[in-house]
Amino acid sequence: MTQTVDSALRSALFTYLVRLGDDSLVLGQRLAELVSWQPDLEEDIAVANLALDHIGHCRNFYAYAGAVEGKGRDEDQLAFLRDERDFLNLVLCEQPNGDFGQTMARQLLFDAWRLPLLEALRDSADAQLGGIAGKAAKEARYHLQHSVTWVVRLGDGTQESNERMQAGLDFMWRYTDELFWGDEVEAALVAAGMAPDPASLRSTWETTIGDVLDRAHLRRPADPRQRGGGRTGHHTEALGRMLPELQFLQRSYPGLEW
Amino acid sequence: MGLDAASARVALETVKDPEVPVLSIIDLGILRDVETDGDEVTVTITPTYSGCPAMDHIRMRVEETLRAAGFRHVEVRTRLAPAWTTDWMTEDGKRQLEEYGIASPRPTGVTLRLPIRCPRCGSNETEPVSEFGSTACKALHRCRACLEPFDYFKEI
Repeated sequence: MTQTVDSALRSALFTYLVRLGDDSLVLGQRLAELVSWQPDLEEDIAVANLALDHIGHCRNFYAYAGAVEGKGRDEDQLAFLRDERDFLNLVLCEQPNGDFGQTMARQLLFDAWRLPLLEALRDSADAQLGGIAGKAAKEARYHLQHSVTWVVRLGDGTQESNERMQAGLDFMWRYTDELFWGDEVEAALVAAGMAPDPASLRSTWETTIGDVLDRAHLRRPADPRQRGGGRTGHHTEALGRMLPELQFLQRSYPGLEW
Repeated sequence: MGLDAASARVALETVKDPEVPVLSIIDLGILRDVETDGDEVTVTITPTYSGCPAMDHIRMRVEETLRAAGFRHVEVRTRLAPAWTTDWMTEDGKRQLEEYGIASPRPTGVTLRLPIRCPRCGSNETEPVSEFGSTACKALHRCRACLEPFDYFKEI
């Protein structure tokens, strides 16, 4: 009996780690696409750093996921040899960069959720998950600071920058409800004291976003058409287009190492 | 010299951060533990940043250095918690960082924000340019007195 319970929990933990790792990988890849295309050199360096942090988090989550799964899959296999339907990231993470306003809207909406999640995970009953999250939380604080700075600067800037920032926010908003959804995977981890209830993160997120929108003179979008599904592998068109570029090398030369 | 934890630590002082070559891994505060058993040694380090590419290089250098010092079996372990903080950097490390031209990290968890001092002219009249710099651990600042830009090893 205990064995059955343990294996169910292990399976939930594996899926949860892949979900968090996929968020990091997909968002990291989106940010990496921007390197050499930013409005100034400092920002170019900033997106490269952000991408690097996300890829680092993804490696930690995947390495642990592979160990929990116990089938010998490593970070590279999880990152490069799974198909679109096996990716479990939030659909928010895969949304295209668009203009700088759209990119920063996505980053803000994600960062304001990710930081309280990582801070809650730091106290996870699973010590390894807690260690990975505790480390990542310190870095995520700088990420949030970065996206808040830009959203306020653009929203509170010229009429043009305000309108484009608002348009970016309006575009990304429909993908935010999924941040707070949970299914049997989260429920199993919540019951084991290993992860917070996704719904419990909403009030912190709402407070952060509300404060930033006020300072940035932006409207809170009221879009009832919420779109999710990423957590179960049902993605928007954007992910399918990203994966061939992300996975090209391992698909063409399986097992290649540097 | 015999093979023990003390001799291993002396050897490890020569392992530098490849991106900030004045700092040893001891100065950086990432060396958490050294245990020896005869000619076997286990070194525990904690990563600076999750995605820091220097960590792989440092692991490799630790192994090479300890083998050269006479250890036959070297194991390098990684410990994530408690997470690394710049508060673990040694005073000597901070001084060397300043001399190298990088402003050293302020203490973390202090509400009163101390000014960041320009490592070139010593002025406190400095301003941030970007929270992200040439490596994950640095931010970009500018001195309003001598007008030079400089790196700041940001507190984390």
